[in-house]
Amino acid sequence: MGKLLALMLTGTYTSLKIFFLTLIFSLPLGLIVAKGRMSKIRIVSSLVNGYIMIMRGTPLILQLIFVYFAPYYIFGSSTDRFTAVIIAYAINYAAYFAEIYRGGIQSIDKGQLEAASVLGFSKIHSFTHVVMPQVVKRIMPAMGNEVITLVKDTALAQTIGVAELFRVAQNAAARQFSTTPIFIAGLFYFIMNAIVSKSFDLIEKKLDYYH
Amino acid sequence: MTVIEVANVKKSFSNLEVLKEISFSLDQGEVLSIIGPSGSGKSTLLRCITNLEKIDSGTIKIGNRALVSTDENKVTTYADKLTMAQIRLSVGLVFQNFNLFPHFSVMRNITEAQMHVLKTSKEEAQEIARELLNKMGLSDKETSYPYQLSGGQQQRVSIARALALKPQVLCFDEPTSALDPELTGEILAVIKDLAKEKMTMMVVTHEMSFARDISDRVIFMDEGVIIEEGSPEQLFLHTNNKRTKRFLNRFNT
Repeated sequence: MGKLLALMLTGTYTSLKIFFLTLIFSLPLGLIVAKGRMSKIRIVSSLVNGYIMIMRGTPLILQLIFVYFAPYYIFGSSTDRFTAVIIAYAINYAAYFAEIYRGGIQSIDKGQLEAASVLGFSKIHSFTHVVMPQVVKRIMPAMGNEVITLVKDTALAQTIGVAELFRVAQNAAARQFSTTPIFIAGLFYFIMNAIVSKSFDLIEKKLDYYH
Repeated sequence: MTVIEVANVKKSFSNLEVLKEISFSLDQGEVLSIIGPSGSGKSTLLRCITNLEKIDSGTIKIGNRALVSTDENKVTTYADKLTMAQIRLSVGLVFQNFNLFPHFSVMRNITEAQMHVLKTSKEEAQEIARELLNKMGLSDKETSYPYQLSGGQQQRVSIARALALKPQVLCFDEPTSALDPELTGEILAVIKDLAKEKMTMMVVTHEMSFARDISDRVIFMDEGVIIEEGSPEQLFLHTNNKRTKRFLNRFNT
């Protein structure tokens, strides 16, 4: 049992690495994508829109396989499995985050930007100090959903042979002829998401100082 | 000294011509009211002067700087970025629906532009803000957030926010239209006080009795044209213009 838990903790560590690295890359990337989607330059917004449609319109598992195997067929060499996972997840989640950001940004009353403009704020200052703080507050519930999904989506990394939590649990289950490790894995995911939910609650509370 | 000079300004939204050859000027220390029915173009005019809308042709000068001008070849050009920034600072605008920053405290709403745009130190910016809040009767509200204030208080904060940049001229875009009737008075009182201090102001308003009381000059606009311009007495009591009469009759002034 101790050995099983140690194995599963190693798997959890891999899952958490995927989780955090995906967030680190996709959160800022999503903002760039959102900006591109809202661009007044037609070609930019349609290209970005196409990208979002592909990312949201095809299974993540397929995108993962594509990112891992496509370079091999095209260039004859491939990135390592873990890197492929991070790339696939980051570009997939960036598309979802982008749409959440866009919804948030477009929901801000345009009077806010007009006030900022009349007061002489630079465009950047208006965006970083007037628009974004309000956007962050508004998109928290939607972001919480997405981040919770990401925790569970890390299980897909096993498709290309990355030994994350679920893969480890499945292997152990096969060895022991028992489903217990899989249920333990379930408990692990549940705990991770309980922490994610609680964190989002805390952030929402913190941002509750204004309406 | 002329603070605002507007000449032959034209502005259309797609096919709709909202401003047709508008010309007028505003002198230092003068209070000008613009009245007229909804859709007459009076708010658009104010938004063009504060550079929230771009005009199609004509000239707008603030102080001695041209915000935009049309030359003899009918080419309309806006000022470069630097001039534009200087012009922005000399014109303040108070909005109908306040547009305070909800995530900033009252204090920060007033200090943010001073610190970011004028590079005033935090201490000085706060001192200026406190003076203004005191003047607006809101000394106890500096740590409050906009949602905790009544509409009238919010509008007073937004007037303080505009005044903090010491503009040459302060514009009001229907400053009481979003307020309950009983809160209207407190804003009008503030504007009256500013008029006494010889603040140069341009007020777009539906409050006829207010326009008559505080203005040095009144402009009546309809369908994108200045129909009549004159002293409050001339416009409200002695007008011979049919359209002005028809409009004013509705207000029983």
